[in-house]
Amino acid sequence: MSQYLLLRHRELPDLDKLSGYRAQGGFETFKKAVNDMSPAEVLTTVKESGLRGRGGAGFPTGLKWGFIPNNLWPHYVVANADESEPGTFKDREILENNSFQFLEGLMLASFAIQANVAYIYLRGEYWQLAKQLDRQIAELEEAGLLGKDLFGSDYSLNLYTHLGAGAYICGEETALLESIEGKLGQPRLRPPFPAVAGLYGKPTVINNVETLANVPLIIANGAAWYRSFGTEKSPGTKVFSLSGNVVNPGNYELPLGTTFRELIYTHGGGIPHGRKIKAIMAAGASSTIIPASEEALDTPMDYEEPQARFNAPLGSASVIVMDETVNMAWLVSKTVNFFKHESCGKCTPCREGTFWMNRISHRLVSGNGSSADIDLLDHVAHQIQGKCLCALGEFSTMAVISGVEHFRPDFETLVGN
Amino acid sequence: MNELQKRYPEDVAAILKKYPPEFRRSAIMPLLYLAQRQDGHVSGRSVTDIAELTGLSTTDVTSVVGFYTLFHAEAGGRYRIQVCTDLPCALRGADDFLALLQKELGISVGETTPDGMFTIEEVKCLAACHRAPMFQVQGDGDITYHEHQTVESAMQVLKGLRQQAQKSGKEAA
Repeated sequence: MSQYLLLRHRELPDLDKLSGYRAQGGFETFKKAVNDMSPAEVLTTVKESGLRGRGGAGFPTGLKWGFIPNNLWPHYVVANADESEPGTFKDREILENNSFQFLEGLMLASFAIQANVAYIYLRGEYWQLAKQLDRQIAELEEAGLLGKDLFGSDYSLNLYTHLGAGAYICGEETALLESIEGKLGQPRLRPPFPAVAGLYGKPTVINNVETLANVPLIIANGAAWYRSFGTEKSPGTKVFSLSGNVVNPGNYELPLGTTFRELIYTHGGGIPHGRKIKAIMAAGASSTIIPASEEALDTPMDYEEPQARFNAPLGSASVIVMDETVNMAWLVSKTVNFFKHESCGKCTPCREGTFWMNRISHRLVSGNGSSADIDLLDHVAHQIQGKCLCALGEFSTMAVISGVEHFRPDFETLVGN
Repeated sequence: MNELQKRYPEDVAAILKKYPPEFRRSAIMPLLYLAQRQDGHVSGRSVTDIAELTGLSTTDVTSVVGFYTLFHAEAGGRYRIQVCTDLPCALRGADDFLALLQKELGISVGETTPDGMFTIEEVKCLAACHRAPMFQVQGDGDITYHEHQTVESAMQVLKGLRQQAQKSGKEAA
């Protein structure tokens, strides 16, 4: 059994070329689905595989597809390639090197819900990737793998790229839809959910790049095969983006349920300069900060355990490592500055709360804060929680609250007299 | 006369074709990128052109320009040097890198070199955390990544951009 399901380009030659991908059986699954399978069969296989959304929420993919009603048409699929969470760079590697597998997954998803048009929403900074995908989509049209009446059936499919322009919030699925519609990237009130009223008010499935890249292998090899990887509740492999104070930062594709210790020490080579590990963030800037205890290091990275033990969702599995020299108040000033910049401004608690958390944390880091500021920072964070339309507001508070809770001395050392 | 359509007829047609005809508003962002291709920022004239092409008010178009960080209402340097200083990059020395780059170029974040070539900008995560310090260059209708950077290697990149600009300047003349 090969080591990779998603980063297969690391061991197979020319996977980034259509000929190379087809030499490995590429697009045979899509062809077989259109010719010999019903859309319901494709959907059922994905449902049974237990695949969960890799963008961060971990929502069951098959269930999401199953919400699409059959009395409202047309349907759309949108691939979310707005990868913007600090510490996350996994979709980028898939798109750079194994994009045809992602495209085939997008095509299978489109067939499963009988969408004839699908959009790929890329963050604006993935400019070169959008150009590459445009070329590859043209190649697929040329090869008769996209277009009208595919393989003599009555199923037609066209793909288009759409570039964002530098807004983290557009990774949130309803903000992403607003952005494709040419509006400000601001989240929508739900319900209605995108499955019923999504792009242009029509039923829409939105899936992350990595999620979609799993689909061709699931359809080709079956749900039981897929479930042989990972854990019962979190099947499959995951691309973990490892960054921060580690010897070998990078992407590591490992079964869900692999421990932090294995990722950081076996694969990541441990902490540089012989320093000690201090803390871990599992979900990029949106993380709860986990103090790096032995118990934490031995925690399996899946959608259940970090959440249950440390109130720390796995999210997009962007593992940022901090060594003993990092002051957590400084870290918090970095994360809240990010969220202050990226708040879309729609909900007052998030817009104002991130502004004030940014101010207070910078006051502390610059040595002008008081110990009352530490409590004020914590208080503002609690005021934001549960009061916003989307998760961004919530995310902005995670590092603040866990930072003050677990590393209060880091804040206090910065307080002047 | 719609200047944007006159200058880039094929691009405008290709952009409009991507979206359902009744939802032309979707074309705003790709049209804004097209408008920035020549001068690196969106002129008032382009806003009017895009409003006309998408059937919207200029206020709608202007609000989109203001919301997204890769659209620029004001002129800047020919190349915008956008350095990521978010947490993962900062853990790998991005703050020091940015400080040194400012010193080397003699300008601060937000400023442009006297020759109009470079503006330094501090930006949020660019999904290159494992290859920090890094920056992207936005200019000449393109965006490129430069990773594993030192100030020395960055100055080499800038030197290359200067030569590229001179070369295309000569060709234009």
